[in-house]
Amino acid sequence: MARVTMTVNGKAVAGEVEGRTLLVQFLREGLGLTGTHVGCDTSQCGACVVHMDGAPVKACAVLALDADGAEVRTIEGMASADGTLSPLQQAFQDHHALQCGFCTPGMVMSAAALLAGNPRPSEHEVREYLEGNLCRCTGYHNIVKAIMAASGQGAAIAAE
Amino acid sequence: MYAFEFTRPQTVAAAVAALKGADAQALGGGQTLIPTLRQRLASPARLVSLAAIAEMRGVAAAGGVLTVGGGTTHAAVAREAAAPFPALARLAGRIGDPAVRSRGTIGGSLANNDPSACYPAAALAAAATIVTDRREIAVDDFFRGLFATALATGEIITRVRFPIPARAAYAKFLQPASRFALVGVFVAKSSAGVRVAVTGAAERGVFRWTAAETALAADFRPEAVKGLRMAAEGMIGDLHGSPEYRAHLVGVMTARAVAAA
Ligand SMILES: Cc1cc2nc3c(=O)[nH]c(=O)nc-3n(C[C@H](O)[C@H](O)[C@H](O)COP(=O)(O)OP(=O)(O)OC[C@H]3O[C@@H](n4cnc5c(N)ncnc54)[C@H](O)[C@@H]3O)c2cc1C
Ligand code: FES
Ligand code: FES
Repeated sequence: MARVTMTVNGKAVAGEVEGRTLLVQFLREGLGLTGTHVGCDTSQCGACVVHMDGAPVKACAVLALDADGAEVRTIEGMASADGTLSPLQQAFQDHHALQCGFCTPGMVMSAAALLAGNPRPSEHEVREYLEGNLCRCTGYHNIVKAIMAASGQGAAIAAE
Repeated sequence: MYAFEFTRPQTVAAAVAALKGADAQALGGGQTLIPTLRQRLASPARLVSLAAIAEMRGVAAAGGVLTVGGGTTHAAVAREAAAPFPALARLAGRIGDPAVRSRGTIGGSLANNDPSACYPAAALAAAATIVTDRREIAVDDFFRGLFATALATGEIITRVRFPIPARAAYAKFLQPASRFALVGVFVAKSSAGVRVAVTGAAERGVFRWTAAETALAADFRPEAVKGLRMAAEGMIGDLHGSPEYRAHLVGVMTARAVAAA
């Protein structure tokens, strides 16, 4: 076992982990932050996407010890302290961008990473950026709508 | 995943020392290795993470050569190579998905030599030099067939040097489920001639299509490769495409790369 420390959603945290402990295990089992989901064994579904030092990563494909000292943000860090949803999360709700909700934490974190670097993406850029996030329910369309709306471009696809 | 010991050294020298033990393996971005470990297809006793080694990161262009640190992520190459070597930046920016690009590294990609990976095509077409902790390897001597390279056990790719071509482009026919290349072709034209490297297609991994190189050296236009045919023999056949289909795609993607270069 080795000691790992990092900042998660603005709070300094520490824990004892094995070499093989994945970041997603540390978040879910060590810290109880079960909003980050695990949807596959092959690093392809994106349900586990969190931000590490500002960049989107698959928490199932990062070892906890490789995140030592990092700044991590999970879905739990998206709403404000009083529970008010972020504009992006609210847009997901308003545009029916989730059904079962399993993919949603990863979708929101990927979308937030996109908008941080590209505040007004085209619909094509949104779809391309979500290439690593699989959704089995929505058909993606409403997810794209929600992200366009959150970027202040609701009218761009409102006609559909 | 089987248990292993984990270390994260800060220098190449310390990483080389940590890799000396039996059954030690380097961990780059982990985008290939961690899923492999999770499926218990590998069981190293010790993983040596290269992620904290600052001297292995970064992109620098000087004197017509682009030098990329072996631990540089795909996302960093997409950003930082955009001006000096746009074809390479575009290739890096279309590997996998954004989360894979945040972690995956050029050193890991070349060391892994997946037959469908993108970077091997760029390195081979641009006549890159692979710099390791102990020597320099010309790319023509580096790839040794499916998942095999000239690297010795414990040898680390510290840098990759690309002579920047006068014209270059990578055309990738996406396999949408894996996000790798079903067929990818990198074309590079420099004063030394034209080199065409093909990934995704052949059972032996990345290879040069010399017939196309000769045709393009005489006439660097998409039409120059229209009459050429790649033999289906030795091409990959799987549920995504037959050997004949892939052989045909090689010609199509070569023409597209030339048009884009
Ligand atoms: C969903 C998904 C989609 C992908 N799509 C693509 C794609 O379209 N095109 C593509 O090319 N790749 C793709 N990849 C692979 C990705 O680019 C990997 O990042 C890359 O192949 C391996 O790099 P890594 O840094 O993650 O290496 P790791 O997974 O850490 O290591 C891979 C191997 O290389 C060795 N190694 C790592 N770094 C070094 C080094 N510096 N020196 C020597 N040996 C080293 C390791 O020991 C291991 O054997 C995809 C991966 C995923 C999960
Ligand atoms: S759990 Fe599927 S990509 Fe991480
Ligand atoms: S809402 Fe069910 S998987 Fe996306």
